Amino acid sequence: MTRITARRRHPLARYAVLLLALALLGVGYAAFSPKSQSADAAIASGKVDDVKAGEELFKSHCLSCHGPEARGTADGPTLVGVGAAAVDFQMSSGRMPATTVGAQVPRKPLPAWVTQKKIDQIAAYVQSLGGGPTVPSKDQVDPAKGDPAKGGELFRANCISCHNWAGAGGALTQGKYAPNLNSSSPAQIYEAMITGPQAMPVFNDSTITPQQKRDMIAYIVSVREQTDPGGFGLGRIGPVTEGLVAWIVGIGGLVLAAIWITAKRRQAND
Amino acid sequence: MTDHNPEIERPEERVPKRVIGTPPAATERAVLGEDKPAAPAVVAGVKPQDPRTVRKGERLAALCFTITFLAGIGFIASYVIFQVGDLDGTAASNLALGGTLTLALLGLALGMVVWARMVLPKYSVVQERHVMASDREVRSDVAEKFAQGVEESGFVKRKLLRRTLLAAVAPLGLAPVVLLRDLGPLPETKLRHTVWGEKTKDGKPLRLVVEGTGQPIRAADFNTPGGLLSVVPEGYEHDLTVLAKATVILVNLRPEEIKSGTNKNWTYNGIVAYSKICTHVGCPAALYEQNTHNILCPCHQSTFDATDGAKVIFGPAARPLPQLPIDVDAEGYLIATGDFPVPVGPSFWERGDAEAEYRQKGGQV
Repeated sequence: MTRITARRRHPLARYAVLLLALALLGVGYAAFSPKSQSADAAIASGKVDDVKAGEELFKSHCLSCHGPEARGTADGPTLVGVGAAAVDFQMSSGRMPATTVGAQVPRKPLPAWVTQKKIDQIAAYVQSLGGGPTVPSKDQVDPAKGDPAKGGELFRANCISCHNWAGAGGALTQGKYAPNLNSSSPAQIYEAMITGPQAMPVFNDSTITPQQKRDMIAYIVSVREQTDPGGFGLGRIGPVTEGLVAWIVGIGGLVLAAIWITAKRRQAND
Repeated sequence: MTDHNPEIERPEERVPKRVIGTPPAATERAVLGEDKPAAPAVVAGVKPQDPRTVRKGERLAALCFTITFLAGIGFIASYVIFQVGDLDGTAASNLALGGTLTLALLGLALGMVVWARMVLPKYSVVQERHVMASDREVRSDVAEKFAQGVEESGFVKRKLLRRTLLAAVAPLGLAPVVLLRDLGPLPETKLRHTVWGEKTKDGKPLRLVVEGTGQPIRAADFNTPGGLLSVVPEGYEHDLTVLAKATVILVNLRPEEIKSGTNKNWTYNGIVAYSKICTHVGCPAALYEQNTHNILCPCHQSTFDATDGAKVIFGPAARPLPQLPIDVDAEGYLIATGDFPVPVGPSFWERGDAEAEYRQKGGQV
């Protein structure tokens, strides 16, 4: 303890603390920034006889916000006509059931009771209420069958303004944000396009065909699987992080080094 | 040429250089120190370091140099071990080469600084400033030589040489001024219009086609409220000069959501078309939130209300995004019935003239 106390008053101590804090921040960011995941979530298709079971699940988990027969309340929109695809997207990404009401409902780990089977049952029930977009088949969202080059053109024209060219996401108005696409499964990407969850606009199948959507999925998957040749992508959000790192870590380090090299030693018996 | 100082070259008096690593001449003191440390010479004002600090510094600096030594070997080893060829290999090679080289140079630098700070004695040195000007003798000598050079060159006497030399450099001096021409020509009225006012070869209005695929859009297909699409004029899908002004976003709104700021005659079944070029400094403003109907520009957060003629509701943009008049043709495809009423994109000097012209025709701005 005495050693620490003595060193605390060392002229370089504040720089050391600053450097330590910066290093911790960097390491923390690297540890918690989203990583690519294996994108193949098994999506089973809903069945008609699931409607009854889905209704029971809906009553116990969704009714308080979305109202009886999903007609909507002040706390939640109507689900009539949103389709099974919307239910599958919202529940498989953990956004629903929502826990807190904020600017935007975030992706989160699934609650223990949410299984793919239960999602399918609720999806079948919501589908039975007023139709809507259905869950895409495995073949429709297979990135291997899409053309990333063609998908990239569409992605760059319609998606990157919000989601960033590498799918890293970005800020919107009043606390809303376009989420990172790196943790989305191909099915979730497809479902988001056809249902337009939260602030996202709809890209329906008649203007962007299912084949073109598969191309876009292929593009997103191929981009996120790419290696960063520099060793570290810095979140792939472009010049902002690169500039921050260069200025704070790079130039900050140089300044600290210059201070250390030229620091005059205190001489006790001067 | 022959009057240089004869005292400079006196090879016979040169002291032979001693190559590092060879034994010193018997009479010389060793350069790299002797085994028996001589008693530190006491010089006024020079304070030798505390022997403990010196020992510590010596060990620390030696450790740094050892790290540099190992990292240098590591650099060579990484060059041999990590082969480039594919992306992963290159990434690993970059990391290994960069990491070892960083470590090596850092160790060298740290070692030297530690050496200087902990081993070398400390004292203050006062360095006197001297007069910057050369002394009178040198100055008059230079002036004399210069005058002599001018005289010998004949610059004054030989008119032909002098004049041709000046003539020779004059065009070179003028050249950068001529290159300023590339800043022009003036855009004239090109900024006021986009290709949307043009017709196809058959005299039909231009269709709106999907950016990226070039396919025309049926109004009946673009029918989901909350829909968004980035569109470009038919026939100009890859003409970036044209698209820099003419790119448009289509937004599908519920007809009852459309407010008075939007020209409803220029919409079709709730489909509204706005310029994608932000009126602030021209970034592509296409971050559309379907639940709030905000169109956001990512550069400076200008926010426009898509239901109300893209009125500015936040941010530095001064004007709404211009609305493109659209309709459908006989086959149900979306077409532009004319150009934007006002110039798209950021302000420019004569922009007011274009708006005045539009007002004279009875338009609202």
